[in-house]
Amino acid sequence: MEIIMAIFVGILYAAGVYLLLRRSILKFIIGILFFSNATNLLVFLSAGLIPGGAAFVGEKSANGTVLTDPLPQALVLTAVVIGLGVVAFTLALKYKYFEVSGTDDLDEMKQEKSETNLKEEK
Amino acid sequence: MVVSLLLYLMFSIGIFFLPKILRKYTSVWIAFLQVGVFSFFLTRIPNIINGEVLSAAITWVPALDLNLSFILDGFSLSFALLISGIGAMVFFYAQAYMKKYAGTDRFILFLTLFSGAMLGMVLSENLIQLFIFWELTSVLSFLLITFFHEKEEARKAAFQSLYITAFGGLSLLAGIILLGTIPGSYSLNEWIASAEAIRESSLYLPGLLLILLGVVTKSAQFPFHFWLPGAMQAPTPVSSYLHSATMVKAGFFLLARLHPVLGGTSEWMYIISSVGVITMFMGVYFAVTKTELKSILAYTTINALGVLVLLMGIDTQLSIKAALLFLFVHALYKATLFMVAGLIDKKAGTKEFSSLGGLARTMPLTFVITSLSALSMAGIPPMLGFLGKELIYEAKVQLPGISSVILVIGVAANILLVAVSLTFIYRIFLVKRTTDKPIPKEDRKSWLLLAPAMLAILSLLFGLFPKILGGTLIESALGSVIDGAGDVKLKLWHGFNDVFFLSLFTVVAGFMLTYLMNTKQMLLKNWQAFNERIVRFSLSDKFLSGVDGFVGFADKKTQIIQHGYHRYYIMTIMVLAAVAMWYQFYASGAQLTINNPGTIPYYMAGLVLVSVFAVVMAMFSRSRLAAIVAMGVVGYGIALVFMYYGAIDLAITQILAETLIVVLFVLVMQKMPRFLRLSDKKQRVRDLVIAIGFGTVMTLVTIQSMDISLQPAISDFFIENSWSKAFGKNVVNVILVDFRAMDTLGEIIVLAVAALGVSMLLKKGGKA
Repeated sequence: MEIIMAIFVGILYAAGVYLLLRRSILKFIIGILFFSNATNLLVFLSAGLIPGGAAFVGEKSANGTVLTDPLPQALVLTAVVIGLGVVAFTLALKYKYFEVSGTDDLDEMKQEKSETNLKEEK
Repeated sequence: MVVSLLLYLMFSIGIFFLPKILRKYTSVWIAFLQVGVFSFFLTRIPNIINGEVLSAAITWVPALDLNLSFILDGFSLSFALLISGIGAMVFFYAQAYMKKYAGTDRFILFLTLFSGAMLGMVLSENLIQLFIFWELTSVLSFLLITFFHEKEEARKAAFQSLYITAFGGLSLLAGIILLGTIPGSYSLNEWIASAEAIRESSLYLPGLLLILLGVVTKSAQFPFHFWLPGAMQAPTPVSSYLHSATMVKAGFFLLARLHPVLGGTSEWMYIISSVGVITMFMGVYFAVTKTELKSILAYTTINALGVLVLLMGIDTQLSIKAALLFLFVHALYKATLFMVAGLIDKKAGTKEFSSLGGLARTMPLTFVITSLSALSMAGIPPMLGFLGKELIYEAKVQLPGISSVILVIGVAANILLVAVSLTFIYRIFLVKRTTDKPIPKEDRKSWLLLAPAMLAILSLLFGLFPKILGGTLIESALGSVIDGAGDVKLKLWHGFNDVFFLSLFTVVAGFMLTYLMNTKQMLLKNWQAFNERIVRFSLSDKFLSGVDGFVGFADKKTQIIQHGYHRYYIMTIMVLAAVAMWYQFYASGAQLTINNPGTIPYYMAGLVLVSVFAVVMAMFSRSRLAAIVAMGVVGYGIALVFMYYGAIDLAITQILAETLIVVLFVLVMQKMPRFLRLSDKKQRVRDLVIAIGFGTVMTLVTIQSMDISLQPAISDFFIENSWSKAFGKNVVNVILVDFRAMDTLGEIIVLAVAALGVSMLLKKGGKA
């Protein structure tokens, strides 16, 4: 099971990198989300996995007495929420940028910038 | 002592708060400050002669051994008197000279701060503090040289001097820190106390070389001499001050200051004296064929600095005595000559020999002043310069070994110097006038004349009554440079000895050379042409083009690295990260071990398969909606994975967050254009290769990370205390809302800020 999860994390990372390298900003943001999801899973998996073992006091996990480590779960929970904030803000930023510039292409952002620079210099 | 430094700072700022009536006389106001400081130091002379050393210290950063500590001994007193005394004259002079320029206040401000920095430097006992003042003088002299900043030449010259002196300053700092490790302190007194250890240390030579680099750049020694003639672009009062009592003398000051620590070795002797000899001869050699007043004077300054450095390099008691006397000699005549050059420039409107001449009749006082100073420069009795030159000859004659070379070059240089001085007088005042420019008249009440006159008179006075200077200042100054130095007795007449005959020979040869140069025009012309050819390979231009080249290189390099394409920045980061991790795996030789392979429930296998399919879909879909839905599927899939492993809180949060994100995406997507194939196939394949490389290594990292057991103590603490202290059974929950409640509050704030940002950005009609 663990190896399957590890490969899944790898695929998520690969997809994240691929999407981060796209010129379309929308895809870029999906890339951010995949990247953060992959990292959440990585941290979560590092806790050692016990199927069904909830981190409740007094509860016993399915295969024995061990309680799942609660700390990585707490960390990941925070990360999920912050990830939501980041993606929401990036999306809004992209929305505004599109309204102003009418493009979804990251490369054009550079040209826009140099054009405004030229205008300022003039 | 410390108060006087603060006064400079206060007065320099104070000029901006002067009442309107006084604002015309800002320079005089500072001149009075200089007079005050000068008299303060004068009153300290008796104490110093009695062998007292005054000191003052202010604790600053004791942990770093950085204290403001000041010391006033015979040597620093000599410098302090020169700085404030000549400073006073320069400011009186500047009052008249700068009248018609804009920005005088700025000029006075910089010049005042400059004198303050210079004074601070000569009084410093802590070497780091000395370095700070040293760099201050470099920066301020840059600001002064660039006063006429509309002229490109002035800007170039200013930058050149800043580059060179600041570079030397850094080298000096490195040298101080290097040698400071030996006594473990930057205090001059402690350096002197452990002088033996420093001289015998293996760090001695590198440290000495670094410090010398600072000295030769500041004091315009060969091969860094070229910034000094450029610095004439400054207004004349600045040249007069910089060349005589301050700035360029700083290098000599440091040499003499560190002489008790670093001096007396053969490295010291050979390096310093050879630099000095070359500079001495070269300076005066180029001065001979110059025809512009300030440029002649600048090159003779190089000569004088060479003499000072050479004398420190010869390193005998006599030579250092000669150097200290020559310090006064040169300061007095050079300040005067620059002031006169400025005066003639003002009155006659030119600084070129060819448009001058015959001014002796209309400007008799100027003529007398210039002659006195120029004779002092030539070393002709009864001026102070004669005494200086006698002593220098004496020091050179008494040298063993290589002395004959130094002596011959020294005599040759002095012959040239006599010729330069006499030509200076002759071409300005005596030669028959050939131009039709209006003949200038002199204005006897102006400070333009009074300031140099006072200095010239001092030159004469000290020459006639050398005991005033010798028995007092020079003796105690010598005492602080060398231990156990004897009395200093200066006399105008030494009797018929070999030094006298050398002097006589020098003067006669100088006269003959002057005669030749001014009668045989062809000779002079050829000589000038020859020198021009040497100068064409000018170090100054080489230096400037080198600087330009460096800037161009930095520009190109920046354009390559900072290309401005967002995804290539990310690509750089990702590729480097992947390569670093692969290398780490390879280098550590880690074995992949898979614990607890277990069996996979069919529903989990199905879940992962669906998620992977969704991932691929999100990557390659041409439809925006499909991509977003696929993204949502992945998110929910992860939520289910969390659930499977019993992380209920995580699963809930993930589902909520993912839902919100999908909603947001769909909202924004409506307003967006369709996906376009922006990259070509080649680029996509390249990105895919990078992505797979990164993903594979992350899989390996994940497998490795499962073996790591996190610090159990923290988790155990939470588990143990969850029920007993926080009365909650869901440990994750308790951690978030109880044990780490403040962190959760922070998280909420982050979300709130993000929400604020989003709502502002989405507001209709808002400006971008």
